[in-house]
Amino acid sequence: MVDTGLPIRVVLAKLGLDGHDRGLKVVARMLRDAGMEVVYLGLRQTTDNIVAAVEQEDADVVGISMHNAGHLTLGPLIVKALGEAGLAVPVVIGGIVPDADLPELEAAGVAAVLGPGASVEEVVTTVRSAAGRDGST
Amino acid sequence: MDDPRSTLSGIPLSPVYGEGPLPGEYPYTRGVHSDMYRSRLWTMRMFAGFGTATDTNGRFRELLRSGSTGLSTAFDMPTLMGRDSDHPWSLGEVGRAGVAVDTVEDMADLFADIDLGGVSTSMTINGPAAIVLAMYVVVAEQGGVERGQLAGTLQNDILKEYQAQKEYIFPPRPSVRLVTDVIRFTAAEMPRWNPVSVSGYHIREAGSTAVQELAFTLANGFAYVEAAVAAGLDVDAFAPRLSFFFNSHVDFFEEIGKFRAARRIWARWLRDRYGAVDERSLKLRFHTQTAGVSLTAQQPETNIARVAIQALAGVLGGTQSLHTDSHDEALALPSEAAARTALRTQQVIAHETGVTGVADPLGGSAYVEWMTDEVERRAEEVFAHLDEIGGGSILEGVHEGIQSGWFMGEIAESAYRFEREVNAGERIVVGVNAYTEGNGSPGAELLRVGQETEDDQLARLATVRSRRDSAAVTASLRRVVADATDPEANLMPSLIAAVRARTTVGEIVEALEGVFGTYVETAVV
Repeated sequence: MVDTGLPIRVVLAKLGLDGHDRGLKVVARMLRDAGMEVVYLGLRQTTDNIVAAVEQEDADVVGISMHNAGHLTLGPLIVKALGEAGLAVPVVIGGIVPDADLPELEAAGVAAVLGPGASVEEVVTTVRSAAGRDGST
Repeated sequence: MDDPRSTLSGIPLSPVYGEGPLPGEYPYTRGVHSDMYRSRLWTMRMFAGFGTATDTNGRFRELLRSGSTGLSTAFDMPTLMGRDSDHPWSLGEVGRAGVAVDTVEDMADLFADIDLGGVSTSMTINGPAAIVLAMYVVVAEQGGVERGQLAGTLQNDILKEYQAQKEYIFPPRPSVRLVTDVIRFTAAEMPRWNPVSVSGYHIREAGSTAVQELAFTLANGFAYVEAAVAAGLDVDAFAPRLSFFFNSHVDFFEEIGKFRAARRIWARWLRDRYGAVDERSLKLRFHTQTAGVSLTAQQPETNIARVAIQALAGVLGGTQSLHTDSHDEALALPSEAAARTALRTQQVIAHETGVTGVADPLGGSAYVEWMTDEVERRAEEVFAHLDEIGGGSILEGVHEGIQSGWFMGEIAESAYRFEREVNAGERIVVGVNAYTEGNGSPGAELLRVGQETEDDQLARLATVRSRRDSAAVTASLRRVVADATDPEANLMPSLIAAVRARTTVGEIVEALEGVFGTYVETAVV
């Protein structure tokens, strides 16, 4: 990815019915404080909504938060939907994801997973790295 | 030590120490019963639910065999949101974080071989709460237990859904009408049932402080009182059955102060503002759950210590029932072994520590009394704000605070402040930002709910749909819509008739959405 010098743009969403949005809201503020532009879609988003937002907002990264053990079904689904729309935008999943599920998510094309207790530094570094913009904002 | 009347060394104990007002006396700061746990321990009520109804029924029976004294049901996200398992939105979430219930037949399987006349059951559901209560009534009656004998609690606290947990379906006003329909129905026909569990738990988990948890929860409680009175009920006809549900977080004395302040505030407001005269209306009874959000994925065994301390705060704060979190809950739903350890933690507190021998053992401590007063004072500031924006009505103040995003903004701000403090090292979280040696060691076996559960549930639902009388289903939905359209009607009888006809949760919810509309929140970050 070419470093345009513009801030990294991140679309953040909850995919599906899960209503736990504390973590995603905190992440939104962390990324904003780190100088990124955050498009916060919030709760109950479908893959179609998220793909449309990524396209319209010209996002560099998509962050999906999942706390309801649906990640093995829904994680691959959003990666696939972005691919089918011709959008090569990396997907970062945050939330309650057991370590044992990481290989399956990686194989499905999920760029990174942030678990409970991830620090601001880990969150910001992971998103930058997913955007191919290590060392920049 | 299982004799609470003397210490381990044989020193005899009085049931209470100190001057009045004593436990059991207005304003109940020291507890709602005069001798508290001497005469009756708290109910050990472990929250459980996963997979299909049959899976959860197995866990319920295991918990009852292990000494649980009440049941508490966790529903999956589609059920909580009023969507059937075969709805497109339900994909990947069926039975994953709770039990899947689509029709009354699932409810029958959930409580199979459990004596509903002899156990008390809590059901944690809000948007579709009235429908689920209707199912419980039908299942009990099929088993020969009359609704009047049923004991239990329906969470049915929709206001905190808009503020914190976000499991809303309809807009706030018709949702509050559903809550008051349940209150009217149980006041008339189910004297042993708690129609609302006014819940701070989720407000706290969403990131609030202890004071915000207390103040928002009690404000919601006042709002339901105002709504039920406006619906024509006398306050003493229903207030004795309102119950509460608080979080017990890790700041030990702040939590105890919160529980004590909660009782005092409720007693004063119900007597002085709402004119309750029945002593039972003034007594705030509550369930406690330890703080899921305080559990760490790092070195999860450490959570057993956190849970024990939080549970002890709940007991010293005078709780009526308690759920202790399992130490693996930052990673997955509780495994059976972890849930048993969590229950054992309560049993150690109840039977070994001796804290049950004296009511409100911390009463009179200068620090605890000061903390109680301080938490109360800060909560009163919130009530004054809501009363002002509501033009003299807490119910209207709460509606306004939801509509303007005030509650959500306050909670999000507190959540972010906490994260910043942890990140800056100003707050130590063991295993997260300090003492991290040992992180990453392989953990215990986690509970996994796979795709086969979803497939299984879809098959069960398809079977029910194919076998039921579809004309009866259609007729039952017409009656639900008619009653929803009539603001004077109580929806409970038509909901009972609908679930009896095997109408699904999703079908009923969609019919109600046709009248009430669907709520979409304006995101506040």
